[in-house]
Amino acid sequence: MTVTTITDAQLAPKDYASDQEVRWCPGCGDYAILKAVQKSCAELGVSRERTVFVSGIGCAARFPYYMSTYGFHTVHGRAPAIATGIKLANPDLDVWVMTGDGDGLSIGGNHMLHVLRRNVDLQIILFNNEIYGLTKGQYSPTSRRGTRSPSTPRGSIEYPVSACAFALGAGARFVARSIDTLQPHLIATLKRAHAHRGASFVEILQNCVVFNDAVFEHITGKEVAADAQVSLEHGKPLLFGKNKEKGLRLRPGKLEIEIVTVGENGFTAADALVHDETNRALAQLLAALEPPFPTAMGVLYCNPGESYEREVYAQLGGTNATADIDALLNSERTWEVEGGGS
Amino acid sequence: MVTSAISRRSGRETRDTVVIRFAGDSGDGMQVTGSQFTLETALAGSDFSTFPDFPAEIRAPAGTTFGVSAFQIHFGGTDVMTPGDAVDVLVAMNPAALTVDVKDLKVGGTVIVDTAAFTERNLGKAGYTKNPLDDGSLAPYQVLKFDITKQTAEAVKPYGLSSREAHLCRNMWALGLLLWMYGRERAATLEWLKRKFAKKPVIADANVAALNAGHAFGETAEMPEHLVGYVVPKADVRPGRYRTISGTEGLAWGLVAGMRAAGIGKMVFAGYPITPASALLHTLANLGAYGVVTFQAEDEIAASGAALGAAYAGALGVTSSSGPGIALKTEMLGLAIATELPLVVIDSQRAGPSTGMPTKTEQSDLFQAVHGRNADAPLAVLAAATTTDCFDVAIEAVRLATKYMTPVIILTDGYLAHAAEPWRIPRAADLPRFPVSYRTDPEGFQPFLRDPETLARPWVKPGTPQLEHRIGGLEKDYDSGHISYDPDNHARMTKARADKIAGIARDIPLQNVTLGNDRAKLGVVGWGSTFGPIYQAVKIAREEGRDVAHIHVRYLSPFPRNLGDLLKRYDRVLVPEMNNGQLVKLLRAEYLIPAEGLSKVTGKPFRVTEIAQAIRGRT
Repeated sequence: MTVTTITDAQLAPKDYASDQEVRWCPGCGDYAILKAVQKSCAELGVSRERTVFVSGIGCAARFPYYMSTYGFHTVHGRAPAIATGIKLANPDLDVWVMTGDGDGLSIGGNHMLHVLRRNVDLQIILFNNEIYGLTKGQYSPTSRRGTRSPSTPRGSIEYPVSACAFALGAGARFVARSIDTLQPHLIATLKRAHAHRGASFVEILQNCVVFNDAVFEHITGKEVAADAQVSLEHGKPLLFGKNKEKGLRLRPGKLEIEIVTVGENGFTAADALVHDETNRALAQLLAALEPPFPTAMGVLYCNPGESYEREVYAQLGGTNATADIDALLNSERTWEVEGGGS
Repeated sequence: MVTSAISRRSGRETRDTVVIRFAGDSGDGMQVTGSQFTLETALAGSDFSTFPDFPAEIRAPAGTTFGVSAFQIHFGGTDVMTPGDAVDVLVAMNPAALTVDVKDLKVGGTVIVDTAAFTERNLGKAGYTKNPLDDGSLAPYQVLKFDITKQTAEAVKPYGLSSREAHLCRNMWALGLLLWMYGRERAATLEWLKRKFAKKPVIADANVAALNAGHAFGETAEMPEHLVGYVVPKADVRPGRYRTISGTEGLAWGLVAGMRAAGIGKMVFAGYPITPASALLHTLANLGAYGVVTFQAEDEIAASGAALGAAYAGALGVTSSSGPGIALKTEMLGLAIATELPLVVIDSQRAGPSTGMPTKTEQSDLFQAVHGRNADAPLAVLAAATTTDCFDVAIEAVRLATKYMTPVIILTDGYLAHAAEPWRIPRAADLPRFPVSYRTDPEGFQPFLRDPETLARPWVKPGTPQLEHRIGGLEKDYDSGHISYDPDNHARMTKARADKIAGIARDIPLQNVTLGNDRAKLGVVGWGSTFGPIYQAVKIAREEGRDVAHIHVRYLSPFPRNLGDLLKRYDRVLVPEMNNGQLVKLLRAEYLIPAEGLSKVTGKPFRVTEIAQAIRGRT
């Protein structure tokens, strides 16, 4: 199979926008994500005709209509399955799955599990706003306990799923997290996801301005961000705080993370845990961090392996199979009936 | 047993056609025995039809009635179209097989039993309080009692097998005897045994010895009085090269042939394991060299989704299941209809509702196929009549799906999936050609711009420059394909989708009359795998001088455009179906005719006599 990389460095972010009017609510975090994706595409110089955006149902699922690439807006939760079929039919296409917390982790949870463990070469972008937007505000599988919504007037009593912990548990080989408003970080993360061969999973904390406004404010707010987020960089110590004065380390003798302050109790920056993207156990610990711990941002895990569809075709010996059909129909036992009747 | 001339010829009697049933425990190898007998029969030039009937349990407790596995073959020199109503020869390897299957044996028929299996324990498990071999209850039949267990054990003694291993060779002894009875060769079976047990030559040799011992038993002086050899003449069939084909093989090869006919380089077949549809996934999984990529999905929904995704990407997308799985694919069928993408869906029907009887046949998904979706969601539905017809129907489904950009459902069933018939092998060069043309021209392109004749929209492969566009399940503007909630537009699109499917009626053959005249006292209308028994029943009734005709409907959505006019020319219309009355209701609704139903929902195919009796009551 020949892989041709078509780049078009002349294209600007606006060239990846379709002629359709964007119809998200004013102030929706999805606008920022759309902008970041279009910018990433331009910076990567991706070919529009070779790119396909696939989505399920929900606010995030409208995404393909706003891109000038190929797009398939499918049914609730099933985008991973449809994207798998697209990649099996044509492994050379560059396919993105745009999904949300309800689409990807509730109705489509099973498909998400399997597309990740199979390692189909896709960029899977999960917009997590911890609420069902398009159906008018019901709690979602990522909603925190106590979330009041039309379907949980007394507050949700369910324990939420962590998107990144789920992806890691499913066997994903690229798991990252970013924030809608954190543009440079988001673009860098999307570009890393695009570069990864195999399934890359990116959770984006996205603000739903209408049904769940400010639900991530304790993480993303300007005043708190430095203390509430730890930015992950491979090979760099896990330090955070306005002056990087705080660090994460393993509590001695235990498999759990603790926060320490640089300069206190003889702790130095060099004593902090060093991020290792290839360490799945560490990724699981980081994915699970929640307040009062800082939320981990960036690439939690990246450990590439051969993609599903490439292994399929490697087994088949190529993508072009044209064996003689007469041979198929005449395989195994045949017998001749002579002419002239009996 | 249809007996033309009972003449002694070299000590053998002549039989026109014979029905044999091999029955035993599900671990006794009855399916293998039947398949090998079928192969030797085919090579001897007989026409045949087979029907395997096995339990849902992989290995039900030994000796129980619900663990009985059977294989029936009807073969002979005349047109054989069904596996046969009543059995001439029953091979019963244990008491459970005898009690389950003896009720289908003809009076005067032959039953061959392994006496060693008729122990008190086995008799008890089969529900016998007395040994039927001694109590006279088998008096209406010729009972041939052989100690097959002992005979086999002696034959395989030189190979040092364990008693368990030796026991497993019993079926080959029985096969050897039956091959002798009907003057069949053993060469193909010997070759097959060598191949199957290539890594265990001792087991191969032991099975060969058992087979030869069974054959020699018939040949030698040990031959008891009632054990007679027969001659079954060759069938008078068209010259050419033949092979056996099961419905599953017919579908698999037809799909490959259809893909080639359409000029599509790749098929993505996505399935999820389910009885009796899995066999198609297994068969296609070995056809990678022909451009087939198979995908075992995480569930039925994902299987249909992957097939649709592949179709979107320009491949032939195919998914397959049985009734309960098709129910799960319904949502994706709706999306395929809304986005107007080609998709071939195969429904191997089985008895239901819900899990029902997974290994038993039924035709009860017709409503589901034609109407089982939310909203106005028309698609094309075809049904295969015979195992050989599966090949042609698969090709036709690919043609209609790609030409009309629509999902097409093929209805087959558990019976067709496993049954086998001889098939005159077509030459690839003689197969139809209907090349698809993917749209590549950006000039004037709109994703839903319809072909004025077929109303099909263009098929565009992602990867085509300047044709980038977005599609989805939301309603689309008739002209541009953009999202539209305009009321009049939705009405127009609903009508366009309906007209497109209705228009297929102009592109399919007119409904013909299979047997009889296009005007009669009674028209018997069938669809799917009931073809054989209906045909035979109508033939018998016509030979009795009755004014009756057989109409077989292959196209169930849309119906052939002359079907209504044709059916109105019969005084009465009878619709035998293996369901509670589905085609009969569609015909009544569509044509306002007082068609009557004839239902059979026992999980078994119709017998010819059941239909013949219904015809006699109406003519």
